[in-house]
Amino acid sequence: MNAIARRPLLRFREPGIRGHQAAAGWFFLSPVMVILGLFLIVPIFMAAWVSVSDWTGNGSPFGSHVHFVGLHNYRQLLSVPGLDQSNFGTALRNNFYYVLLVVPIQTAVSLFLAVLVTRALKFIGFFRTAFYFPSVTSSVAITVLFLFLFNPQGAINKLLSYVGVTGPSWFYDPRGLFHVILGQLGVHQPPASLANGMFLGVSYWDWLAGPSIAMCVFIIMAIFTTSGTFMLIFLAALQGIDDSVYEAAALDGATEWTKFRYVTVPMIRPAIFTVVTLGLIGTWQVFDQIYVGTKGTPANTTLTPAFLSFNASFNNTEWGVGAAIAFILFGIIVLFTIITRLATRSPDHVPRRRRFGPTQPLGTPDASRVASAGGMR
Amino acid sequence: MTYGFLVLLAVVFIVPFVIAIVTSFKTDPNATANPLGLRPSPATTAAYHDLFHSQDFPTWVKNSAIVTLCVTFVRVFLDSLAGYALARLRFRGRGAAFATVVAVMAVPGVVLLIPKFLIIRQLGIYDTYYGMIIPLFVDAAGVFIMKNFFESIPVSVEESARIDGASLFRIFWSIVLPMARPALVTLFILSFQGSWNELSHFIVASQSTSLFTLTKGVAQLASGELGAGNRYPLKLAASVLMTIPVAILFFIFQRRIMNASAGAVKE
Repeated sequence: MNAIARRPLLRFREPGIRGHQAAAGWFFLSPVMVILGLFLIVPIFMAAWVSVSDWTGNGSPFGSHVHFVGLHNYRQLLSVPGLDQSNFGTALRNNFYYVLLVVPIQTAVSLFLAVLVTRALKFIGFFRTAFYFPSVTSSVAITVLFLFLFNPQGAINKLLSYVGVTGPSWFYDPRGLFHVILGQLGVHQPPASLANGMFLGVSYWDWLAGPSIAMCVFIIMAIFTTSGTFMLIFLAALQGIDDSVYEAAALDGATEWTKFRYVTVPMIRPAIFTVVTLGLIGTWQVFDQIYVGTKGTPANTTLTPAFLSFNASFNNTEWGVGAAIAFILFGIIVLFTIITRLATRSPDHVPRRRRFGPTQPLGTPDASRVASAGGMR
Repeated sequence: MTYGFLVLLAVVFIVPFVIAIVTSFKTDPNATANPLGLRPSPATTAAYHDLFHSQDFPTWVKNSAIVTLCVTFVRVFLDSLAGYALARLRFRGRGAAFATVVAVMAVPGVVLLIPKFLIIRQLGIYDTYYGMIIPLFVDAAGVFIMKNFFESIPVSVEESARIDGASLFRIFWSIVLPMARPALVTLFILSFQGSWNELSHFIVASQSTSLFTLTKGVAQLASGELGAGNRYPLKLAASVLMTIPVAILFFIFQRRIMNASAGAVKE
């Protein structure tokens, strides 16, 4: 809001022009406001009604045959044992592991890529392009490609066979990653305490299954397609760091790693927040890939809340349940965003702790680095 | 050392696409038997031939083109109009309007699938081009980008035009928009890419096969319907073809994308 107040507005000396401007302002804004209102804001209220109704998709959701059922649909998902609840619990578990693996790995990979491509090297433009290209392709095309690469007789398993490894059947393999690892260690049966306890219709043992092998392919795919996008965010942040900071650090005897850890990371904290937040928002919404690739199979291990919400509504006519899932998912995303903000809130002591401040820039900044930054612009 | 990493990673990022292109020129048995082979033997364009001579594929291309072009041009125009109003004009409710735009930006798209279906049906435009296109006309992020851009250019030119008696729309159209070319190109790329690659909205907005877009059609190919089964060359050929328009756009505007996306990330 502050930003608005400070910016220069058109100023006119003639009297009466204010009224003119108000009319024009709303006239310019009206198409956007009407469409946002009609297709985003109004429908949210409609969906809120559907989530507390027993509408089955017949006729209008506002017809007289549709009844208010209170929190029935939410209870079906959260507290009443049954198929709705166990599907929802399973979807939450699957998506949770997806988020847990994708967000840290893609953040690390994209930061690593950005660090590699900030340097002024020959052909660096080519490498930037190569890393970014997957980001512009459609999720449908990428999923089709991965279905081919990861089919049981596909390229990946062929590659693995060269090093003597028999690859799993990927998209068809419902085994949880952690269960597989435990199996390797000789643990095949859950202890009774884990087998009997249930949460959201899923046993504790199954909560601890980890992402299924099938889900792991989606995890790899997400990292492959989004690292390039996030690389650009990090790249912009890295190029904003003044070279003198690094020079000062070098004078203090900092190694490459300590420079990265104590100079780069604190200085790009806002970019890290952006990447983690966008990552969380995106990964909790995974839908396209599931729709194209597996539709939740094998054994529901790639089911996600977004896909379940769609499936419950459009295929099982449980519109109330589907809408309720969408609202719970919204709540989850908001919650995670708030948590990230609290966790990465820039602590004031960062500048104070910095031992090698940018106060005395010694010598001129490295000419080649400046050239590379200029080349990007 | 750095080059070693770079080359290795570039191979990992590029090889999948090379495999996709190569495989699309293979025969079905060859693709299945030798998924890694980088030389199709025998090489064939059968997959492409089948796609272009099928009933469906040309329809998908046509629908994707119609939707993408309509959405892109209207969106760029409406977003910049609104961005201009929010950046420059003084009127009551401006702050509230901007707050609405920001709030809408924060709502995750997948959460809106069911709501969008409900309103599209209620308005009687389900399973029509209108239902597929109109809801995509506006995107809050685009308004935001344009507003930021207009705030970054000097206001004096517009003021002198105003003194010469030009109307506000006239100023917007013939003075402001030409100055905003860089931002318009950015928005054009984002909108084109976004609507060309859109899938979920079309799933909830339409059902007829005659309204399938490339994303919806290829998604159906992928799940083995339409008798595609294990015909990987066919599926990959379709994927390669649907990637070409965004790839061309990407290579033309590479510099700009690499700089602009950092500020305006696609979802």
